[in-house]
Amino acid sequence: MTTLPIQFSPHRSSFFANVLTIAHRELRDAVKSRWFVLYSLAFAALGLGVSYLSAASGGSGGVSGFGRTSAGLINLVILVVPLMAMTAGAATIASDRERGMLAYLLAQPVSRLEVLLGKHLGLSGSIIASVSLGFGVCAAVLAAKGGMADARLFIALVLLSFALALGMLSLGLLISVLAHKGSVATGTAVFVWLTLVFVSDLGMMASTLAWRVRVEKLFAFSLLNPCQVFKMWCLYSVDASLDVLGPAGVYATDTFGARLPLIFAGAMAAWIILPLALAALIFSRRSPV
Amino acid sequence: MIAISNLRKRFGRFTALDDISLHVAPGESLALWGANGAGKSTLVRCALGLFRFDGRISVGGIDVAKDGKAARALIGYVPQELGFYDDLGVAEAITYFARLKGLRRTVPADALARVELTGHDKKRVRELSGGMKQRLALAIALLGDPPVLVLDEVTASLDALGRDEFVGLLKRLGTQGRTMLFASHRPEEISAMATRVIMLTSGRIQRECTPSELFGHTQPSQSMKIRLTPDWAKAAMTVLSSRGLNVHLNGVGVIVRVDRTQKATPVRLLLEANIPVEDFDLLSGDHQGGHP
Repeated sequence: MTTLPIQFSPHRSSFFANVLTIAHRELRDAVKSRWFVLYSLAFAALGLGVSYLSAASGGSGGVSGFGRTSAGLINLVILVVPLMAMTAGAATIASDRERGMLAYLLAQPVSRLEVLLGKHLGLSGSIIASVSLGFGVCAAVLAAKGGMADARLFIALVLLSFALALGMLSLGLLISVLAHKGSVATGTAVFVWLTLVFVSDLGMMASTLAWRVRVEKLFAFSLLNPCQVFKMWCLYSVDASLDVLGPAGVYATDTFGARLPLIFAGAMAAWIILPLALAALIFSRRSPV
Repeated sequence: MIAISNLRKRFGRFTALDDISLHVAPGESLALWGANGAGKSTLVRCALGLFRFDGRISVGGIDVAKDGKAARALIGYVPQELGFYDDLGVAEAITYFARLKGLRRTVPADALARVELTGHDKKRVRELSGGMKQRLALAIALLGDPPVLVLDEVTASLDALGRDEFVGLLKRLGTQGRTMLFASHRPEEISAMATRVIMLTSGRIQRECTPSELFGHTQPSQSMKIRLTPDWAKAAMTVLSSRGLNVHLNGVGVIVRVDRTQKATPVRLLLEANIPVEDFDLLSGDHQGGHP
């Protein structure tokens, strides 16, 4: 055996360098995907419609005009953003595993946490870009129609949409590390989206009527749904009150008052961090094959 | 360089690897040989830290289970089939994996030239043939000149000619003082590249020996290119494959896998079938040293 010792100088890429490299790759892939383009166009078109109709029906606009617009936009965000974020998150790792890309990536000098955080960061960037595009279109219409009397509210709505997207993306990644196939992950994400957006609303209404759930419990249950947290936080930002939500909203406003934004921020932070932490734990133990 | 002790890997109730202990010295090339399902790929994946396992594996003294990232920094890995980012450009792929390896100044063209892929840097990965993809994987594995190469059935998805070319390339590039651990079930590959062989059966080490000791009674095969006029190529395929030979078409005739001790057989069979043979060559890609 002839041994010619090769000159090897160990290169170690740092944690953050690897996260950024993977995030960059993920962002580019996401932006080029047809789903991303479709969601972005749909969100922008629907946002444009909502803004135009609200501004047109409100005459000269003003805060009340923006109130109508924001109500429409809140519902639009609740429908589109969670679906976009969850399906993007759910597809990424499960699809990579299915195609053998995950094993190859993890055979490189990267840690699983770097891969997970890189994917989260890259997809966050793409979704934030998409949502920003939609809101940009809305802002242009509102500004043209004189409906941007309170830009602060509009910016709050945009930032809260980002937070909702990050939470839903974490949930999508959790689904992705659990699923073996991309199709199963995407299907599960759509099911969870339906549950959060529609079923939980109807379920809470039904249970309130059937079992006369107390208002404090109803409010606590609402915090378990990130879409509800987003909605309540947005409404509170507009009016500093949740009275519009009925007895549970009145209870929350009377009991917590100015502390409500802190409660919502804590709940939303938990929705971003906890699913991601759980995904990291599961991902560290699961086979990539 | 690679030390494995008491390795055990179970998938549910199935034991894929059972009490495996082995050592690969620096510069040594160790082949894992065995039938499909013997545990070769599982062992490779454990060595890369892709699977959780019982026992201990260290690469360059680094515990794979405790610091997999550091251990993998010492390893260049070539899988059975390159499965990544088909729409990625070839040069982009090199740059991406170079960055993950902490290499900031890698010139993709240089890395591609090393594996004879010059001129393909503008292509998408999906535009490469199977053999080219494997060469790209080898180029990525060699980025930063890691001291260890780990290969998992790297020629399994290639045709005979592709196999010969790839093994030739591996022999030239891979064995330059590197430690190699590779899984294969092809005797000719093992004879060409390994200094030692571990034979796995049902997840256990059955035998440890040199390639010549293992294949002493079974002569590895070799590829032969037979030049024919185009009209006769399909008929030659039919004749040779009907006699159990591994044969495929190429531009000037056929390429047939032939036992080293019976190299005249395909030519004789063709002549017996009245198929005119213009010429033939033995392909050099799988000539090896240390062969019995």
